[in-house]
Amino acid sequence: MDRTENFFPAFHQDSAKGKLHDVVNHECGRSTEIVADDLGIHHFISTINTACSSSVNAIALGSRLINHGMLDIVVAGGTDALSKFTLNGFNSLMILDKEPCRPFDATRKGLNLGEGAGFVVIVSERVLQQEKKKSLAMVAGYGNTNDAYHQTASSPEGRGSYAAMQKALAMSGLSVTDIDYINLHGTGTLNNDVSEGTAVKRFFGDQLPRMSSTKAFTGHTLGASGGIEAVFSVLAIMHQCVFPNLRFEATMPEVEIVPQQKFEQTTVNHVMSNSFGFGGNCSSIIFSKQ
Amino acid sequence: MATIFITGMGNISPQKTWGDAPLLSEVTEHNSERLACVEPDYTQWFDPRQLRRMSRVLKMGVAAGSIALKEANITVPDAIITGTGYGCLEDTGIFLTKMVENNEEALNPTPFIQSTHNTIGSLIALMLQCQGYNQTYTQGAFSFENSLLDALMMVKEEPALKVLVGGVDEITDLSHTIQKRFGIFRAQPESNLNLFTTGRGTVNGEGAAYFVLSGEKVNDNAVGVEAVATFYKADEQTLKQGLDDLLRDAKLQVSDIDFVLLGTSGNAGTDKTLLDYTLKMFPESSTGVFKHLSGEHPVASSFAFWLAARMIQEQTIPSAVMLHDTGRKPKNVLIFNQYFGTHHAFILLKSCRASG
Repeated sequence: MDRTENFFPAFHQDSAKGKLHDVVNHECGRSTEIVADDLGIHHFISTINTACSSSVNAIALGSRLINHGMLDIVVAGGTDALSKFTLNGFNSLMILDKEPCRPFDATRKGLNLGEGAGFVVIVSERVLQQEKKKSLAMVAGYGNTNDAYHQTASSPEGRGSYAAMQKALAMSGLSVTDIDYINLHGTGTLNNDVSEGTAVKRFFGDQLPRMSSTKAFTGHTLGASGGIEAVFSVLAIMHQCVFPNLRFEATMPEVEIVPQQKFEQTTVNHVMSNSFGFGGNCSSIIFSKQ
Repeated sequence: MATIFITGMGNISPQKTWGDAPLLSEVTEHNSERLACVEPDYTQWFDPRQLRRMSRVLKMGVAAGSIALKEANITVPDAIITGTGYGCLEDTGIFLTKMVENNEEALNPTPFIQSTHNTIGSLIALMLQCQGYNQTYTQGAFSFENSLLDALMMVKEEPALKVLVGGVDEITDLSHTIQKRFGIFRAQPESNLNLFTTGRGTVNGEGAAYFVLSGEKVNDNAVGVEAVATFYKADEQTLKQGLDDLLRDAKLQVSDIDFVLLGTSGNAGTDKTLLDYTLKMFPESSTGVFKHLSGEHPVASSFAFWLAARMIQEQTIPSAVMLHDTGRKPKNVLIFNQYFGTHHAFILLKSCRASG
């Protein structure tokens, strides 16, 4: 949803009214086509919409196309702009916090909407060697599952998110103790944080890595969040640091998760980033230091 | 490369493409520039309470998926991959309308929840309790092709997997009114069967078609999916190179293509270009058309995919489809689609009949 909501009030009064210019980019794939026009790409282009896990799936698709030898260089990520449509939608679901959000805090009331775009450039091993470049990080594994529990709510035990983390870790060949930092989905809603926290606790057991939701800084950027948080994950590896989970004070009674509370320099070799969406779409991706 | 087979199909379209009727034995005529689907009775899949909350795109999508799974004789697939250009337009329109009418207050969240493109694929997952891979592509007229490519990669990785893959798009009153204002559909109502004779613009279409793909052959008359390739704002040279690459990978010559199913749409300009390319690229092949049957829409190629597979299974080309007949039996069939001249795609299917 973008400018169609500007077109709509006049159109609703009179179907011959409303500026058509405002709806030419209504299709979800238009932003990708505009990027392709700019870069002069005439071959493969794609857009994924799995709600808030869209851009993790885009980065995973790019990696798969490279692994299958179909492409050499891919730009992948996500973009989302604030709109009245999504603001009203989340408001009607009563999961917006009017105060700055507090992911994983016992007093959390909901999410803050944000906007932005985050993209990464992924290349094949061959290109890396040819260009004599060092990568910023590697895509080590990814998993895509469906919670198949409810159209908007996550299952209490986080079965979809658990399975996504499990698939990503299995593909990476790493073990739970290798993960140094998790960039959590952590929207700040009552439902997500308990469900994700429960899944993380079940999956990592007593070996909980440092973790935080950077949505306390950015708000929930919806379709873009996976791309923006992929960039945070790569920055964590580049700068050997972890980011704080702002405004955390008290642990949730349902599941005890104590996120990272201070910015800290530390060894970061492997980062897991979680993104979950409406429709039960769950994705997890692991970035590793080369 | 090991062959990837179609083991089940479900198609709801402006033709009666479900049930037991022989392939296009009756062609449905629409005297309008809006080709609505011939829909089955949905109560065989949903209870009335569910149906009241569901838009047509959801009903058509879930029903087509169910038909495909039933034909493939499986209950829960390993993955669900959906392509949709416009997604859930009806719910988007309802929520926008209520935002205006209610002055952004006291809104029912259901249409908002159901407005995202992934609602179709996730509803299928929810109904089947399918926790596997779940993906929705929405790249305009490449949405189905992107989905198909994902499914092909997945089955290549693991041939035992059974992947449900499809394309779904709906027309709504609002979307049709807006698209008409762009002048892309013919202005005067006339029969869809005259689409290619008058050349006065295309007609709006919709549909839902799902397929089960697997590396395991389940019957002797299986259809194989060989390749898919997409080209955005590409010139003739790029398309020709793309075709050569695709045929080389499939170990085929141009002369091996028996039948080319063309995505001409009733626009005189873009149709002429596609026909010119086809004459040069495939001088020895039979050709046929389908958009007078499906209408034009982002996932019209999913209708073409169903049609091509059925023609291969039955080794016949319906007269309503045939454009240029060389008398060749359809063993290797290439779909050559175009969408408003900006999106081109090839999909190659082949007969895997045991007798050759």
